[in-house]
Amino acid sequence: MDATATTNNPPVLEVRGLTKRFGGLTAVKNLGLDLHGGEILGLIGPNGSGKSTAMKAIMGIERPTSGDVVFQGENVAGLPAHKIARRGFGMVFQHSRPLNRQTVLENIMVALLPDSLFMLLPDKALTERAKWIANRVGLGSVMDRRPPTLPFADLRRLELAKAIARDPKVVLVDEPFAGLTLAEVATFSELIKSFRDEGRAVLLVDHNVKSVAALVDRVLAMYLGEEIVTGRADEVMRNETVRRVYLGGAIEISARPEASFKDKVPLLQVENVSVFYGKAQALENVSIHVHHGEFVSVVGLNGAGKTTLFNTISGFLPYSGDIVRDGANLRGISPARIARSGIVQCPESRELFGEMTVRENLDLGGQHLSDEERERQLAWLFELFPILKERQGQMAQTLSGGEQQMLAIGRALMMQPKILILDEPTLGLAPVILETLSKALARLRQTTDITVLLGEQNVTFALPHADRVYVLEHARIIWEGDPGRFAAEAGAGYL
Amino acid sequence: MAGFFKSKLFFFSLAAVIIAATLPFYVSGYVLGLLTVAYYFGVFAMAWDLLFGFAGEVNFGPTFLIGVGAYTAGILNNQYGWSVYLCIVLGALASVIAGVVLALPALRVRGPYFGLTTLVAVLMLQNFVVVFAELTGGEIGLTIPDVITIAANANYWIALGFMTISAIILYGLSQSPVGLVLQASGQDPVQAGALGFNIVKHKLAAFIVSAFFSGLSGALLVFYFGTASVGTVVDIAVGVNVIVAAVLGGRRTVLGAALGAIFLIVAGEFLRPTGELATFIVSAVALLVVLFFPGGFLGAALSHEGR
Repeated sequence: MDATATTNNPPVLEVRGLTKRFGGLTAVKNLGLDLHGGEILGLIGPNGSGKSTAMKAIMGIERPTSGDVVFQGENVAGLPAHKIARRGFGMVFQHSRPLNRQTVLENIMVALLPDSLFMLLPDKALTERAKWIANRVGLGSVMDRRPPTLPFADLRRLELAKAIARDPKVVLVDEPFAGLTLAEVATFSELIKSFRDEGRAVLLVDHNVKSVAALVDRVLAMYLGEEIVTGRADEVMRNETVRRVYLGGAIEISARPEASFKDKVPLLQVENVSVFYGKAQALENVSIHVHHGEFVSVVGLNGAGKTTLFNTISGFLPYSGDIVRDGANLRGISPARIARSGIVQCPESRELFGEMTVRENLDLGGQHLSDEERERQLAWLFELFPILKERQGQMAQTLSGGEQQMLAIGRALMMQPKILILDEPTLGLAPVILETLSKALARLRQTTDITVLLGEQNVTFALPHADRVYVLEHARIIWEGDPGRFAAEAGAGYL
Repeated sequence: MAGFFKSKLFFFSLAAVIIAATLPFYVSGYVLGLLTVAYYFGVFAMAWDLLFGFAGEVNFGPTFLIGVGAYTAGILNNQYGWSVYLCIVLGALASVIAGVVLALPALRVRGPYFGLTTLVAVLMLQNFVVVFAELTGGEIGLTIPDVITIAANANYWIALGFMTISAIILYGLSQSPVGLVLQASGQDPVQAGALGFNIVKHKLAAFIVSAFFSGLSGALLVFYFGTASVGTVVDIAVGVNVIVAAVLGGRRTVLGAALGAIFLIVAGEFLRPTGELATFIVSAVALLVVLFFPGGFLGAALSHEGR
């Protein structure tokens, strides 16, 4: 698409000063963008950057705190979603629940119905139109089947079909490629391009530039609710701030070579593990190993499969393949026993007991220890995270995000783990907190022999302490190596 | 929709109605009386399924709607001696109005709070009946001077006809385009909104329809009983029975709800010789069905046919 051709026409959608606050948290801050017909704009940002919230605010699913959303000259900000949709918006959801007792065709029909209470008989014309749409998105051969019998990619097609059913001017797409195989990604790219070629304005939300670079005309990169830069994909990828957000600046690394770990058989071995959520494959033949005392980072974007990998190791999910610890297979052992035996996970969502005090949360973690031992462990922990000592009597839910994360890690450490699994500890935290966490991890590594398995999309945070790095992408391990080689060999995928 | 007339479900339903219509020729008045009540109950359960199965809203207070309809009809007849039919219509309308008054604020709250609001409404109604005993007959119950007819056969056919017509309307509605939108709103409200559907409007409409049939059935029931009492049309336990019937018969099937209601009442009566144990056995069966066949009687059958 020729960028200059579109800029002469007035934009179909103009967003000005869009702000969305949830309580004290500002998820989207003063965002502005123009979207022309026949254009694809990518809204890019790491997890927690506010891109999805921005999209929902435009669509009216979340009511904007302030700002304008001007569609063809009319400000629609603050209208409910159904009114905005009727103006000419369609949204492709990442997750959906189709009507399982109705056929694919009937599901598409629903999207075509008027918002009326008196539509009692199906309209022949609508059926024809629904058939046309089904063929249009490649569901022609399965339109009489019911959604539960369809493969994952077809369910995503159904979402596309519903979104474009009423011929919207603006199409919003949330993570178009999540859960799709490479071949399917190509087909879906073509479909989305065809929406553009029909003159629609398309707004894509995704985590990184790379995955949508070939598809978008322009990219708007966001971080912590604000725009960093807008431009062509290659310009954005070259932008210094973008690089720093995704890759960090100069990263100091302190890797120990794998050969320096003396155990002949690694402490933890994950071998050819595959996991499915219904039809979507979340892990595909993943193999990793971790030596005793080693610090291993698993780097991957949101949705790559990190959390699934950790939950599988912790025994929460059914899987094929083997997970072996110290030569013993973990299959069939309950999550509680796995945790007790020293593989302790600090989950992404933290899962603190919000209405208990900091001290009570920690005591629960150290519940199996003798009083004396628990005191010693607590003293050690308070040295690692001094702020927790000050906050002992405070309810966990009243802590700041960074403090909550420290408490979550602290509670995990109270269980005296042999292997500590940290799932995205940096999620949604401000840079200054990251530094504190980072220092704590450095101390943990230097002063204890705890083996750490860290999952991160924030490369800056994941690399400095790592001895070894795995890159997880689309459910597969695509790279393994020491952090020094990461930027050169695998870094490009992170922009 | 057109496919329905060729489906097994249609033939089964048709056969069931025909057989049911001939029952007065060879069963006792006692059985007929039992089934008459069961049919009215069937309408309660179908009306409830429209809300739970399609709008996705758990109404813990079906007896609020039923009770308002029943008592309004009963009181009007008792106080003013208005004609039975007028009272029945007014009862149904009162139920609709009460439903709107309840649903408008309640649909604004999310998740379990809707259910809790409806539960509180039942308790309020129950209290009202007890406190304003002069008007309502209080705990003793309200005597209703008129009846539609005293002939057991006629009463039975009225109930069967009413249930059949209600079933046709409610099932037809559930399978119509409006029903699909309602189902989509119940299943994924965010997406239904983004597809351009005013969810509150559709759910409110469902509530009104549900209230209308609940109230109508409640009013008919009191004119059959000749009395209205908290224990028969308002009590929480009655509401629980309606819910169990609908879930037992199969969520989102409408017709299954009627089946469940008939089963509950007939089975309860069959087991009467076991005394207090009857309720226990019926509850246990209901629990097993819910645990092992969450689709209910008809849900399981339909999913086979759907393949």
